[in-house]
Amino acid sequence: MEHYTMNLTLKVWRQKSSKEKGSFETYKVSDISSEMSFLEMIDVLNERLINEGKEPIAFDHDCREGICGACSMYINGRPHGPWTANTTCQLHMRAYKDGDTIVVEPWRANSFPVIKDLVVDRGAFDRIIAAGGFISANTGNAVDANATPIEKDKADAAFAAAACIGCGACVAACKNSSAMLFLSAKVSHLALLPQGGPERKSRVLNMVQQMDKEGFGACTFTEACEAVCPKEISVTNISRLNKEYLIAGLTEEK
Amino acid sequence: MLNSRIPAGQLDLKWTDYKGHCKLVNPANKRKLEIIIIGTGLAGASAAATLGELGYKVKAFCFQDSPRRAHSIAAQGGINAAKNYQNDGDSVFRLFYDTIKGGDYRAREANVHRLAEVSANIIDQCVAQGVPFAREYGGLLSNRSFGGTQVQRTFYAAGQTGQQLLIGAYQQLERQVSLGNVTMYTRHEMLDIVMVKDDKGVDKCRGVIVRNLITGELERHFGHAVLLCSGGYGNVFYLSTNAMGSNVTAAWKAHRKGAYFGNPCYTQIHPTCIPVSGDHQSKLTLMSESLRNDGRIWVPKKQGDNRKPSDIPEEERDYYLERRYPAFGNLVPRDVASRAAKERCDAGYGVGSSKQAVYLDYAAAIVRYGKIECGKLGIDNPSAEVIRKHGVDVVKEKYGNLFDMYEKITGENPYEVPMRIYPAVHYTMGGLWVDYELMTSIPGLYALGEANFSDHGANRLGASALMQGLADGYFVIPYTIGNYLADEIATKPISLDHPAFVETEKAVRDRIEKLMSIKGTQSVESLHKRLGKIMWDKCGMARNEQGLKEAIVEIQQLKKEFWSDVRIPGGINEMNPELDKANRVADFIELGELMCKDALNRKESCGGHFREESQTDEGEAQRDDVNFKYVSAWEFKGESEWQLHKEELNFEVAKPTQRSYK
Repeated sequence: MEHYTMNLTLKVWRQKSSKEKGSFETYKVSDISSEMSFLEMIDVLNERLINEGKEPIAFDHDCREGICGACSMYINGRPHGPWTANTTCQLHMRAYKDGDTIVVEPWRANSFPVIKDLVVDRGAFDRIIAAGGFISANTGNAVDANATPIEKDKADAAFAAAACIGCGACVAACKNSSAMLFLSAKVSHLALLPQGGPERKSRVLNMVQQMDKEGFGACTFTEACEAVCPKEISVTNISRLNKEYLIAGLTEEK
Repeated sequence: MLNSRIPAGQLDLKWTDYKGHCKLVNPANKRKLEIIIIGTGLAGASAAATLGELGYKVKAFCFQDSPRRAHSIAAQGGINAAKNYQNDGDSVFRLFYDTIKGGDYRAREANVHRLAEVSANIIDQCVAQGVPFAREYGGLLSNRSFGGTQVQRTFYAAGQTGQQLLIGAYQQLERQVSLGNVTMYTRHEMLDIVMVKDDKGVDKCRGVIVRNLITGELERHFGHAVLLCSGGYGNVFYLSTNAMGSNVTAAWKAHRKGAYFGNPCYTQIHPTCIPVSGDHQSKLTLMSESLRNDGRIWVPKKQGDNRKPSDIPEEERDYYLERRYPAFGNLVPRDVASRAAKERCDAGYGVGSSKQAVYLDYAAAIVRYGKIECGKLGIDNPSAEVIRKHGVDVVKEKYGNLFDMYEKITGENPYEVPMRIYPAVHYTMGGLWVDYELMTSIPGLYALGEANFSDHGANRLGASALMQGLADGYFVIPYTIGNYLADEIATKPISLDHPAFVETEKAVRDRIEKLMSIKGTQSVESLHKRLGKIMWDKCGMARNEQGLKEAIVEIQQLKKEFWSDVRIPGGINEMNPELDKANRVADFIELGELMCKDALNRKESCGGHFREESQTDEGEAQRDDVNFKYVSAWEFKGESEWQLHKEELNFEVAKPTQRSYK
């Protein structure tokens, strides 16, 4: 792989706090190596800003290997940037060429208020999980793990849904800021497993209720969420969610 | 002084006996007892959920924006358990023995045996919660092998086992949040513990001072007990596989308040990580140890060979692990594999532009699996191309996400060309000293998971970190904490206006103001990088007396520079990631000095701690059981001043021998 360096123009959303108005700031960065990750490029800029006595850009990031779900940049109009099945921290600068202009924004959704610069509050996701995204299994009561065989296909499908990292790209990509892909991934994960059976109905009803309370928009099935999901969570999970919700709504006896 | 409080009796009955005799707290009293938990990784989340279920009032804190993002999430390969589902000779004793031996006879027998005993319950518990482990077509759970073992006892969920286990624990935690048993504080960082004397004059941990990372405000929280589940300190090296935020601060604050630090120099350097590509590098990425199940590690037989790997014929390749360790081959433990890679690169056989890398090659595995698949499908005399296609599919299913991760970072396709890998800092076996009950040397203060020192000795085996974190949180602390809290049922919540809270908060505030007032010229990041370089060069994969002495002087100098010249932009009462980092790096600098001091004191080699002065003729780590068969527990006495306490290790069942994987 040929390595190269580049000069870039960045337009980055700066916002002091949730109470203040934000705006775009333009920065020139030079000698960026194609081997750097996108966040390392931001590190270089931040280091320069600190040396110039300015405030660095605040952004969420932690594992920097695509699994914690903390990073959340809206890059040139697309969550997590141009690559598919990718998080911002995994994006590398070889995706860009010398002279490019890159616009970086936070996730835009009423349910994810901006805290500072590119940092948003995704607490709504935790509250949706708390509403029912679990199996009530107190520690110490479990039977032997192999006492419940599970079809491999179902186990694999449950895993594929459970791979969600809760980053919120689905919400950011959606014109309605809908959280249906996120919610459907959890509902599918647990509905596909026999252990999830007893709470199947109350789970989906409670989680959807919480999602609505958080102010996320409705799903019109444009599939923008699937296109940007770093873990390639499929929209078929949304179909399963709709089915689960409908059946639960019609048959739940409470 | 040091009392490990290991129960008397036969090794395999100690835990059963303990559980049968420890004190209990009745449900009405549990409701009145408050527990603070710092960190929400596997240890913290599992402890918070379980203690909440039991009826205690729990407050859990994490610095991330959600408990689900704790760094346990990044663990890839798997979790060990002595289930013997494969009928290949595994047992609780084997897991115990492998762990003790893998740790180079520097762990406590009683703790490790307990770990092996509860390992099977962990898998049951996780499956009950809906953790989607990999399964066979018959619907039963699948296993694979990890380093340092000859059985298949590792349970996994593709290359995302840590994620799936953490999500399982996180969901249980959120369930307790919804039931009102746990209060969750995200974006909060612990900056000190609060000590209060009880009516008998004993200093006990009774709370914490935390900083709200959004507003910068300091908060006081009371607890009858405090659990530190704050992870390891690998980021002292700056470059490591740890998440950017992983830090030692919670453990270090406790250490400065009297909690002994156990074996700080025991660091695990993981053999298979993506090599450093330049000065811009902010962290290193692990390639799971599970890849050594099927991948073969090699370098050219010729020094400085610049040919493409595909142009180097089979007979000119040196599969050095298979050559040196025929019994375990590519699956030797991590410390052994890392040193062997370093040895080859130092001797001039390294590959890639930096020459600081070796190949991890899947070509043979692709052919092997391809042939099996063709056999299953009844394809006679398949062409090399057909074999390859089917082989790639199998490898993709087993390791696909890891291969993708490699390609994203390097831009190279590992199905076509061998991966380049090099060792990197990954895990710290050292941590806060704890007794059998996981209590530190401060009454009421516990340490769980990677934050404690207890189970892995001088080297941790792969897939054992997840096991230990969950063992501590789900199955150990729920018993041992009751033994302490049973005597605290009469203790009323202490007012947050108590002088101990007021004074501790003031000290935290003073330190933050001092940091902000320096207004120097060097960024936190640049000072952290310098610390990392000192540590990697002189307290890394190989250590010697002269280097360690130099490192101590250099770190003391760096500490002065930090406190006189660091530049932290922004303000105190706002979100300020630079200030958060500065707080952590200041602690890393102090820890770095202690690590070097510990490494200097331990003149033997053991596990991940390799003193160049102490090696066998074949270059293997040479232990010195006569002089060093102890845990080093360091007591903080003042700036750059520590007192060493020794906990003698007794091996009643696993007799120490020279560790051999040949």
